[in-house]
Amino acid sequence: MSSHDYRARARRIIEETPEVREAVTAATRTFVDHRRDAYADLDEIALSGWAEQVKSHVLTHLGDYLEEAEARLVERGAHVHWAETASDVHQIFERIVREHGVQKVVKAKSMLSEEVALNPFLESLGVEVFETDLGEYIIQLLGEPPSHIVGPSIHKSLDDTRVIFHERLGTPRDASPERLAQAARGLLRDQFITADLGVSGGNFLVAETGSIALIENEGNIRLSTSVPRIHVAVVGIEKVLPRWADLSTFLQVTAKSATGQPVGCFVSIIPGPGGSPAGEPDGPEELHVVLVDAGRTRLLADPKVWEALRCVRCGACLNICPVYRQTGGHAYGYVYSGPIGAVVAPGLVGLEETLPLPFASSDCGACADVCPVRIPIPELLHVWRQRAVERGLSSSEERSVLSLWASFATRARLFGWAENVAGLVPQWVIRRLPMLRDWSSGREAPPADGRTFRELWDKGIK
Amino acid sequence: MRVSFFVTCLGDRFFAEAAADAVRLLRSLDVDVDFPRNQTCCGQPAWNAGHVPQAREMAAHTAAVFADADYLVLPSGSCTAMLRRTYPRLLESPAVADRSYELAEFLVDVLGVTELGRGLEGRRLAYHHGCHALRELGVAEQPMRLLESAGADVVPWEMDQECCGFGGLFSVKNPEVSVAMADRKLDTLPHVETVVSADGGCLLQLEGRARRRRMRLRFRSLASVLWEARRGNE
Repeated sequence: MSSHDYRARARRIIEETPEVREAVTAATRTFVDHRRDAYADLDEIALSGWAEQVKSHVLTHLGDYLEEAEARLVERGAHVHWAETASDVHQIFERIVREHGVQKVVKAKSMLSEEVALNPFLESLGVEVFETDLGEYIIQLLGEPPSHIVGPSIHKSLDDTRVIFHERLGTPRDASPERLAQAARGLLRDQFITADLGVSGGNFLVAETGSIALIENEGNIRLSTSVPRIHVAVVGIEKVLPRWADLSTFLQVTAKSATGQPVGCFVSIIPGPGGSPAGEPDGPEELHVVLVDAGRTRLLADPKVWEALRCVRCGACLNICPVYRQTGGHAYGYVYSGPIGAVVAPGLVGLEETLPLPFASSDCGACADVCPVRIPIPELLHVWRQRAVERGLSSSEERSVLSLWASFATRARLFGWAENVAGLVPQWVIRRLPMLRDWSSGREAPPADGRTFRELWDKGIK
Repeated sequence: MRVSFFVTCLGDRFFAEAAADAVRLLRSLDVDVDFPRNQTCCGQPAWNAGHVPQAREMAAHTAAVFADADYLVLPSGSCTAMLRRTYPRLLESPAVADRSYELAEFLVDVLGVTELGRGLEGRRLAYHHGCHALRELGVAEQPMRLLESAGADVVPWEMDQECCGFGGLFSVKNPEVSVAMADRKLDTLPHVETVVSADGGCLLQLEGRARRRRMRLRFRSLASVLWEARRGNE
């Protein structure tokens, strides 16, 4: 999937699967309502201001905190790996898989693992991979990528799930949600017990203590990270927090912003492997922590867009986004969709590779209001738009139209004349003009044949 | 008090009568209105699309045209936001930025007028908040106060603050998503005959879509409705 096809894919989703738009809109509106309630009695500005400062502080001292985190992790008996690219991540996994003869992997939801295409790689090694988050499991059965950072199957209706479970797990065609969850649970329990290796992401990595914190609602993360012999946590280098004392507030703002929950139903803190020097009796025999760059240091070095790395992946900007709501995440053709996706994609992958994502926004600004770490998303979108134009990546049609517009708009008489001429052009011609054709495909063109204000003013307004 | 009227390009071409109503309304409040003839477009379409040099040219032109104005009043929240929030980033001396006001904002915040008359008695209408008025200017309460104090029944609309899908060039670059956004607005409308907004772009978008769908709805500029509030329903 490429981001270049954003418009075509969006059109297909809207026209051919209108139920996606309804499912996404309903779910995101519920998230937004719950978020509003969750913040009702809190000083949101103070909280987001604090979270912004902590995150910005970490990012401007990232090397120091990462080294501190590594030292604490090693003290606790964890293996720490550094991966600059997706293929580095693959090599690290390949070594672990070969060394331990891994045949089955259970996975907790991790967007970073999607970003580095971990599942297809593991499968290419002959490893069986089970997603254990229910939504993630549903789309794994369907062979689809996640369409939302937090709710990967947000675009699916209950009935879609009934159909795929009926076909693949043999549940009744009209099974209740409880029955469906039970079926998944039954199947996944066996996998937890028989898997050799559990993979998770990491919501936060506390430098002071070397602990990884994971937020979830289903208990599958706790099982994935504690039952198999080996646990590998794949963590983006931007996920570090300085102190243990910072964690509880971040856990809360992330959950509140994401779903409106006070905090996730389960929060797992991974302190190290079982029997480790830290005296942890339980847990996997081996803990590996893969610290992944994958474009993040490049984004960090970009003085105009580095703030995007503050993102805690709560998905609040997707939920509030009226553009995202029409299609869900698949239209974007990139693992992170919606406003934050359109900001990080060009930074992590490259602008040319991810156009037109920075333009897939009506510039309404709603995302900026809900970001719990105050990422100025509309401004960052604009930076990418500006760069796209500067690098000659905008269409020649658009360039000439806007240049012509600017040259008329700086010459008032010419401008007035052009306005009058525009009023003389018949509708059938207007409908055929490039750009206006795209307007007229779904909307009536405004009548332009009346008087202009200039004319009314000259006649005298009474 | 003297005010320079910036009609905006959409206002000039597509909403001339509404713009004239804005002038009538201001004059009825003893405001002296002038109309600098050399005004054109604020440059927002170029800015939003990332074409900064063109946007800067238009901003410089506009700033020069209105250099002597005490106040600029615009029948548009979006263009006002461009002047107030973006001009300081484009121009070395963006004096016009702090003197620019959206019409309802000017009436309430500068003139201190909160009651125009009772000309909207018994009128049911829905109000669409343009994104830039709402989020960049923080203008939401002012138009509501003026409408309601004139007797209008502004019917609650769950999606009144959601984007209509216009977004300047967005509307023609991503027409399918843009139209779907307009549909969401229209499909959630309460039972009203009239939809009011302060922004021409939003009105073109919503009305263009509603007409294509043959919906029986009337779309009106805030300026015209406020003038009606003042002069009475003749």
